[in-house]
Amino acid sequence: MIDDSTRQLCFDGRNVPFRPGQSVGAALAAAGISSWRTTRVGAAPRGLFCGIGVCYDCLVTVDGRRSQRACMTPAHEGQVVASDDPRRALDEPGGPNA
Amino acid sequence: MPDRTRSDYDLCVVGAGPAGLNATVTAGERGLRVALVDVGVQPGGQYWRHPDERFPDTLPQPSATRRHGWREYRDLDARLDALVRGGRVVHLAGRHVWGVHPGRPFLVRATAAGEDADPVVVHARRIVLATGAYDRQLPVPGWTTPGVMAAGGVQALLAGHHVRAGRRVVVAGTGPFLLSVAAGLAEAGAEVVAVCEANALTGWAAHPLRTLQEPGKLVEGAGYVTTLLRHRVPFRTRTVITAVHGTGRVTGATLRRVDRRGRARAGSEERVDADLVALGWGFIPQLELAVGVGAATRVDVDGSLVAVVDDDQRSSVSGVYLAGEVTGVGGAVQSGAEGALAGLTAAADAGRADDPRLRARLRRRIARAHRFAVAMHRASSVPVDWPTWLADDTLVCRCEEVDTGTVRAAVRDLAADDPRDVRVTARPGMGMCQGRMCGFALSCLVSVETAVTPAAADLASLATRPLATPVRLAELAEMADGEEG
Amino acid sequence: MTFRGPAPDAVIVGAGMLGAAVAYFAAAAGMSVIVVERGSIASGTTSRCEGNLLLSDKEVGPELELAHYSQYVWRGELAEHADLWEFEAKGGLVAAASEAQRAGLDALAEHQRSLGIRAEPVEGPAALREIEPAIAPHLLGGVYYPEDAQVQPVLAAHHLLRLARERGAEVRTHLPVTGIRIVGGRAVGVNTPDGAIDAGAVVVCAGPWSGDVARLAGVDLPIRPRRGFVLVTEPIPVTIRHKVYSAEYVENVASSDSGLQVSPVVEGTPSGTVLIGSSRERVGFDAGFSAEAVGRIASAAARLFPVLADVQVMRTYSGFRPYSPDHLPVIGEDARMPGLWHAAGHEGAGIGLSVGTGRLLVQAMRHATPDVSLLPFRPHRFADADAA
Ligand SMILES: Cc1cc2nc3c(=O)[nH]c(=O)nc-3n(C[C@H](O)[C@H](O)[C@H](O)COP(=O)(O)OP(=O)(O)OC[C@H]3O[C@@H](n4cnc5c(N)ncnc54)[C@H](O)[C@@H]3O)c2cc1C
Ligand SMILES: Cc1cc2nc3c(=O)[nH]c(=O)nc-3n(C[C@H](O)[C@H](O)[C@H](O)COP(=O)(O)OP(=O)(O)OC[C@H]3O[C@@H](n4cnc5c(N)ncnc54)[C@H](O)[C@@H]3O)c2cc1C
Ligand code: FES
Repeated sequence: MIDDSTRQLCFDGRNVPFRPGQSVGAALAAAGISSWRTTRVGAAPRGLFCGIGVCYDCLVTVDGRRSQRACMTPAHEGQVVASDDPRRALDEPGGPNA
Repeated sequence: MPDRTRSDYDLCVVGAGPAGLNATVTAGERGLRVALVDVGVQPGGQYWRHPDERFPDTLPQPSATRRHGWREYRDLDARLDALVRGGRVVHLAGRHVWGVHPGRPFLVRATAAGEDADPVVVHARRIVLATGAYDRQLPVPGWTTPGVMAAGGVQALLAGHHVRAGRRVVVAGTGPFLLSVAAGLAEAGAEVVAVCEANALTGWAAHPLRTLQEPGKLVEGAGYVTTLLRHRVPFRTRTVITAVHGTGRVTGATLRRVDRRGRARAGSEERVDADLVALGWGFIPQLELAVGVGAATRVDVDGSLVAVVDDDQRSSVSGVYLAGEVTGVGGAVQSGAEGALAGLTAAADAGRADDPRLRARLRRRIARAHRFAVAMHRASSVPVDWPTWLADDTLVCRCEEVDTGTVRAAVRDLAADDPRDVRVTARPGMGMCQGRMCGFALSCLVSVETAVTPAAADLASLATRPLATPVRLAELAEMADGEEG
Repeated sequence: MTFRGPAPDAVIVGAGMLGAAVAYFAAAAGMSVIVVERGSIASGTTSRCEGNLLLSDKEVGPELELAHYSQYVWRGELAEHADLWEFEAKGGLVAAASEAQRAGLDALAEHQRSLGIRAEPVEGPAALREIEPAIAPHLLGGVYYPEDAQVQPVLAAHHLLRLARERGAEVRTHLPVTGIRIVGGRAVGVNTPDGAIDAGAVVVCAGPWSGDVARLAGVDLPIRPRRGFVLVTEPIPVTIRHKVYSAEYVENVASSDSGLQVSPVVEGTPSGTVLIGSSRERVGFDAGFSAEAVGRIASAAARLFPVLADVQVMRTYSGFRPYSPDHLPVIGEDARMPGLWHAAGHEGAGIGLSVGTGRLLVQAMRHATPDVSLLPFRPHRFADADAA
């Protein structure tokens, strides 16, 4: 039953299952992935902390949109989730992700 | 540009937790036109957080027998539904209010929190702020390692997503809420290595039965104790985590016994293995909207900044009412009663019939819950000497990566002598969370250095956030023409 | 009375950028000073501004001279401390959106070059994008000002006061000045809730509140607040390399409108945030949110840098520029009240002009001839004008 409705999102090239209704952060945590962001100063890994959208530690790029909170973003089939890298340049407007 | 303006509401309620739901339903049923705005896609707030109802097959819903207060939630939700269908109430879900501004007489501006929503601007004659709280945190060496989470966040993952954030867990901090988190984890199949309570708990834990008799309690302490006993979870008082270990992922923690002030006892170190550390030191009210409208504030018994209300939930600002954790952390029962009272008062102030008996009953319920909350805060306070657990390179501010040594140097070398001054000088609290995670800790650290107890004004300066949540530049640009009139 | 020991040479009212600069140069010259601040250091306008040290927006006259002199102090005497306050000579770029704006800019630049300001023409959109790759493609060209620099004002104020303390100055924070003591028609000290502090001179460095402080001595000082908003974005990768503004500002400077004016100034900071300023309006000390000001700043910035449209703004703040009727600061002793000195009213340039002001004021206090004439800045000039 439950397996029938298990879907997948793609995180950094890897398939991660989720159950509809879960957040991206919940899906990653359930898959044992605990970090998806690197800090600007210390280049340290970060993932979920507050779990309710107030700490902004769980930022991730979702379908090309930067700085999304993983704990607040619903997971979708086929969603492309990429770890956040503070050094990656912004997309130009009109670019592939505009 | 789509028309984003919703005009002519008698009342706008911000927050759909126990407080905001009660306010909305109470005011709506008395004939007010109400706009209810909340970040979540469905109501419930923190206490009644539950899986997305659109997917009952994949994420089972709570049941009234197993979840405290669930029947009450179902009842409120049904009443909300009826009001929405009748056109009295509009529920603007998935919207984060970033500002409450003057304008006929109030303008509530919200940005989309999810993908399916768009920004809205609500014009309302009155406002209820019921924005709840978030976990209070104290930094400790290693607390930025992935696998360290707020206790409430661990709870939210379980309650909202059926996800257990780790296998072997240490739960630490203070307060009865830790028991609820540990019990939830144990029932979900996690191994809870220890629950570390910093205080001695001669107050409520020694009298679990008294706790049970008290309807205004923060959590159902005795029930959780039973669960923890069944799962043989070690419960340790006067014990704290003084370091979290692991690079890239938590591998364990060091526990220490402490004295009443929080000073670690020599030779009491014990290292435990774990892949999840859940930390919680009580809750901090989410106060920026209240501070933003100019509501008077005070420092509560638990050291948090809270907003001041009169006996009927009116703030110091005419037309603004406050309910729930924003007036002082008291738990779901108190929040709900305050919400209903705020809704009743707003309706009465708008000329609708009052209900003196209901008002009296709600006031009694609030007073009782408040007495219990005060006792609980006294029994589970933050140990004053907690800063002694910090190393100079322990990060205080997670966002801007400002460490303890830098904070102390700002006071000692640069004569920055209040929390606001340290914030603008050394940058703790200047990152994306706007000081929510480090504000309390920062005020404690500065207070240790300056020997001045933080006053309400100091804490209010840390809770001042003109944008309650980040907003896209293009969305702000839409205000350029004064389009909302 | 809490102050013990001999009366200091000066008591300085206010620990903003100007109070800090005056204290530093006074202490460096061997004077004994006490700084009295009602809040914490830099709790006024100095922590609610941007730290630009600009020549590009100055026109001929005494302010340009003071700006030149200040640049010389920042880059000369204070150069050894530059890193403490994140001094960065990043350069300014002004961009034109129309041929008319471009012609106006060219004319201004030529005039500025004749005054000794380095102003390099930037010919065409391609050249513009070479300097600032993310700038909007519709912009036609502009002028580049390599001398424009910036500091972090809060750090600058704190460190100047630290250096002053190391030279014997005393800083008393969270202590308001509630009165000015006058004996025989001369200012001889201040009153505070902690008691009186006597001093050889009283220096008013109270920013937009300077009029209130001067009034304590019965002196009219027409300095008023002009509100400005600034937007701060989330930290982003390095995207904007210089301080970039649009030529609209040239038009705004010329305008004498008392309503809301917005001229976009966009710059990246070492912490990754982008600072977006700013607005000018006269609304008294109203610190409330202005949707129109914030909206217009956002809109102008997104036109200058379309890449910022989807970047999130995490906070806004506003401050009150202290301005005088002729938009020049007041610097020097008040002829109406001997012993009462002023260093205030620097409007939107108080950070840049602070160190020049401090150095010149101390020269005057020590009866030396200031390196730059302070006559145009004399505090009682408005009273003269009234009388005339
Ligand atoms: C993570 C977490 C988990 C908790 N779990 C429990 C528990 O299991 N049991 C228990 O007894 N207590 C729990 N609590 C304590 C909780 O504070 C109270 O029990 C209760 O939920 C408080 O009710 P409230 O209505 O005052 O606030 P909340 O329930 O917090 O509701 C506030 C609502 O306002 C919304 N909101 C806040 N700001 C804005 C804004 N600017 N715009 C739009 N919406 C906004 C929030 O998203 C939330 O939905 C938890 C607290 C936290 C922080
Ligand atoms: C949005 C904005 C952007 C700006 N950008 C720039 C820029 O890029 N570059 C630039 O050079 N300038 C800029 N400015 C201008 C600059 O901020 C000011 O000119 C400068 O900060 C003024 O410093 P001050 O020391 O005179 O005043 P303040 O910093 O306001 O200091 C005055 C101090 O006096 C204290 N005080 C007042 N009354 C009393 C009393 N009775 N007793 C004791 N203490 C008292 C106050 O608490 C305050 O700390 C900007 C201003 C704004 C608003
Ligand atoms: S975990 Fe804190 S914002 Fe997502």
